[in-house]
Amino acid sequence: MSDIVTVDWYLILAAALFAIGVAGVLIRRNALVMFMSIELMLNSVNLTFVAVSKELGLIEGQVAALFVMVVAAAEVTVGLAIIVAIFRLRASANVDELAELKG
Amino acid sequence: MAEAVTFGIFAIVALAGAVTMLVAKNPVYSAVGLLSAMFALAVMYILLDAHLVAMVQVIIYAGAVMTLFLFVIMLIGVDNPNAYGPRPVSQSIVTWVVAGVFFAAIVLAGSGAWVTGSAAFGTADLNGTIENVADEMFGTWTIVFLSTVMLLTIAAVGTIALAYFTGADDDEAAA
Repeated sequence: MSDIVTVDWYLILAAALFAIGVAGVLIRRNALVMFMSIELMLNSVNLTFVAVSKELGLIEGQVAALFVMVVAAAEVTVGLAIIVAIFRLRASANVDELAELKG
Repeated sequence: MAEAVTFGIFAIVALAGAVTMLVAKNPVYSAVGLLSAMFALAVMYILLDAHLVAMVQVIIYAGAVMTLFLFVIMLIGVDNPNAYGPRPVSQSIVTWVVAGVFFAAIVLAGSGAWVTGSAAFGTADLNGTIENVADEMFGTWTIVFLSTVMLLTIAAVGTIALAYFTGADDDEAAA
C-alpha cells in the first residue's frame, strides 16, 4: 500500500458522512429518511473503526465493525416495524404528525 | 497512486450518495443514494484490507437492509412532501450550523489525536480474511458474539410482537 492516502483521509470522509447523517436527522420530516440517516452515521463509524484498525495493525477494529453491523441490522428490523405500526395507526410516516402521545 | 485515484473516486461517490439521500424529495431516491454510499464504503474497506467486512457490507447492508428499506417505502407509500409547506429559514440555518459544528469538532478532535500523527499507515501486517477475523471474534470476543445472538433473538421477537399487536381492532382479535 502506498503512502499517499493516509488514515486522515478516511477519518475526514467518515466525519463528513457523519455530519451529513446528523443533518439528515435534523432537517428531514419523513421517518424513513431519518432512519436512513442513522444508518449512514453507523456506516461512517464503521469506516472509522476499519481505518484505525489498519493504522494500528489490530484486527479488533474489524471485529467491532462487524458487531456494529449486527446491532444495525437488529435496529433496522425493530425500527421499520415501529414505522409500519405507526403508519397503520396514523396513515403517515411524517414525524411532525406524531407530536402527541395519544395513540 | 492507483490507491489515491480509487479513494478519490469512491469518496466522491460516497459523499454524492449521502447528499442525494439528504436532499431528495422522494424517499426512493434517498434509498438509492444511501445504497451507492454503502457500495462506495465497501470499496473503502477493500482498500483497507478488510475483505470480510467489505463482503458483509455488500451482503447485509446493500443487500438485506436496503431491500427492507425499499420494501417498507413501497409498502407505506410516499408522503406528499409539500403537505406542510417549506420549513422556516431560521430552522434550516440552525440545522446546517449544528451539522457544521459536528464536522469541525470531529476533524479537530481527530487531528489532535496521536493516531493521525503516524507516518507508517498501512505498513502493519494486517489481512482481514475470514480466518483472521474469526480467530479474534470466536476467541477473544466469544461473550460479545453470544450477546449479539441474544440481541438478534430479542429483536426478532419484538418485531413479531409489534406486527401482531398493532391497532385497536387487532388487539381485540389477538387477545
